[in-house]
Amino acid sequence: MSPYALKLAIRHLLSHPGQTALLMAGVALGVSVFIFMSALIGGLATLLTLRTVGSIPHVVLERPDRDPAILSPGASARVVLQKDLSRRDQIAIWQPVLPIIEGTPGVTAISPQIRGSAFVERGQAVAPVGVIGVMPGKLSAIADIDAAIVDGSGSLPADGILIGSVLARDLGLRVGQVVRLSSDRARARSFRIGGIFTLGIASADRQAIYMNFTTARALFDLSTGISRIEIKVEPAIGAPGVAERLRRSTGLKATAWTEDNKQLFEGLDAQARTGTIIKVFSLVTIIVGIASAMLLSIVRRQSEIGIMRAMGASKGLVISIYVLEGSLIGLIGAIVGAAAAWLVLLPLPPVSQVSSGDLPIDRQQGDFLLAITLTTIAAMLASILPARRAARIDPVEAIGA
Amino acid sequence: MSAGSIFAVTGLTKSFGEGETQTLVIKGIDLSMAAGEMAALLGPSGSGKSTLLTILGTLMRASGGTHTMLGVDLMHASEAQRTEFRSKNLGFVFQFHHLLPDLSALENVMMPAAAAAGRETRAMRQRATELLDAVGLADRREYRPAAMSGGQRQRVAVARALINNPVLVLADEPTGNLDRESADQVMDLIRSINQTMGSSFLISTHDEHIAAQCPRRIELLDGRIIRS
Repeated sequence: MSPYALKLAIRHLLSHPGQTALLMAGVALGVSVFIFMSALIGGLATLLTLRTVGSIPHVVLERPDRDPAILSPGASARVVLQKDLSRRDQIAIWQPVLPIIEGTPGVTAISPQIRGSAFVERGQAVAPVGVIGVMPGKLSAIADIDAAIVDGSGSLPADGILIGSVLARDLGLRVGQVVRLSSDRARARSFRIGGIFTLGIASADRQAIYMNFTTARALFDLSTGISRIEIKVEPAIGAPGVAERLRRSTGLKATAWTEDNKQLFEGLDAQARTGTIIKVFSLVTIIVGIASAMLLSIVRRQSEIGIMRAMGASKGLVISIYVLEGSLIGLIGAIVGAAAAWLVLLPLPPVSQVSSGDLPIDRQQGDFLLAITLTTIAAMLASILPARRAARIDPVEAIGA
Repeated sequence: MSAGSIFAVTGLTKSFGEGETQTLVIKGIDLSMAAGEMAALLGPSGSGKSTLLTILGTLMRASGGTHTMLGVDLMHASEAQRTEFRSKNLGFVFQFHHLLPDLSALENVMMPAAAAAGRETRAMRQRATELLDAVGLADRREYRPAAMSGGQRQRVAVARALINNPVLVLADEPTGNLDRESADQVMDLIRSINQTMGSSFLISTHDEHIAAQCPRRIELLDGRIIRS
């Protein structure tokens, strides 16, 4: 690509400013669609993921299932398998596992937990609840309980608990009141309500109770082990890979959130594919538009190309001029389109703050650089064929010599 | 090719079409020109003048015969070699000026040299300025073709033909589109350049008045030279 080819390409573009502007506007429109679709599909995926997995663990580590071994059943023998229920469902040795989990790429938060079922009693009212014992400082590691506190505080002293707002309403409980908890291990004691939270998830707000890790250990008669380890990963969509790595490195049963949310996962995937198809179509439109405009331009400039060839311009120079012309249309159009899309998307709120009914557009996922790069490459490819045709123009025919 | 001649063709033929529709346009021409010579190529329409000029200009390959110039066998040279040869050694002036409309007069004159080098240089600009001065268009350097008269455009085309110091300038009816006064100006210019710069000129024309200004006459009739 010689400087002279660039000069002539620019001169061609400037000689018909109206047509050039129209072509670039077409490219810019295509790029805007590309970016808008990327931002919308990405934002929608983020919103759905946030709403779905924002308050749940992305990977849960539990004790592996203990299926009984089959001892060489004969051809005529009948084998009945029965799960081993003689031991507590717990991760007995868990502290050495934590550094392994922390060192796994993608892991952003870990919360070892003691879980169990209990009844909360207040006068004659009784409600079944699920108790979650969390370690100090880990209260908001998985669901942001601190941010969800609507009354009281998120601190967890030995005799304090946090309850959901639906449970508080059902039993008429307020912060500071004392309730009695009876665990499924036949242990019972009284607790003072330190805070009430609203997560917005009905099951959690009705049934979850958070308490101190040590207190939960006593309440559920679990001397050393824990029930499970909950993990957050980034990005959440990478959870299956992280779960697989943890399964291999820890030997524990690792369940990714995607296994329990397959439909959502498939929906997001289909949505991403739809977005890709729309983006490909916008690129194809750009290619067709530029190629046809270049062909027309070459027909119009046939005698100019002929005279250049007659004066000794090589085929390579002619190809360079038209490929550069197409590439410049693509590059400038793409930059204008990307800038316009950026300005239009600028005032929109982040996906996490989108209110109901608004489009969840995530500007960060707009693929601005990708759109500019792909469009420029597409424009360059679109102009190769017309450029080769220009180079084949016979100077004798073109100038009527 | 005799000593002192810049090109020579022998037994040159050119046919178009194939089979029954084949038409022989050039029917065996022997011709050479000396360095610094200025010749008029005369003949009625259809006599093969333009075809001969096109072949001599390496824009078209002959069907048969030999074609050598400056020791190069142009009959058997590749397309790229012929393009490079054309760029270095030949200049063209056509009946219609064929200037590039997006370039100024100065840029048009520089074009053949810049196209070969891939860039415009200070030396090219200097040479183009001198040529425009020589053709009397010093004050029109930055004008686009659309802003110039027919005669001025043709003088720019003559200057363009000379930018690479060609050994031979092929002019196909260079005054065909001009009024008598402009045509005389262009011919005066060509004669003066021929004498001062030493480039050979082969000028195809219908016009006896133009031919009379050339020291040599080459007459073509029905694809053959009848007088040289």
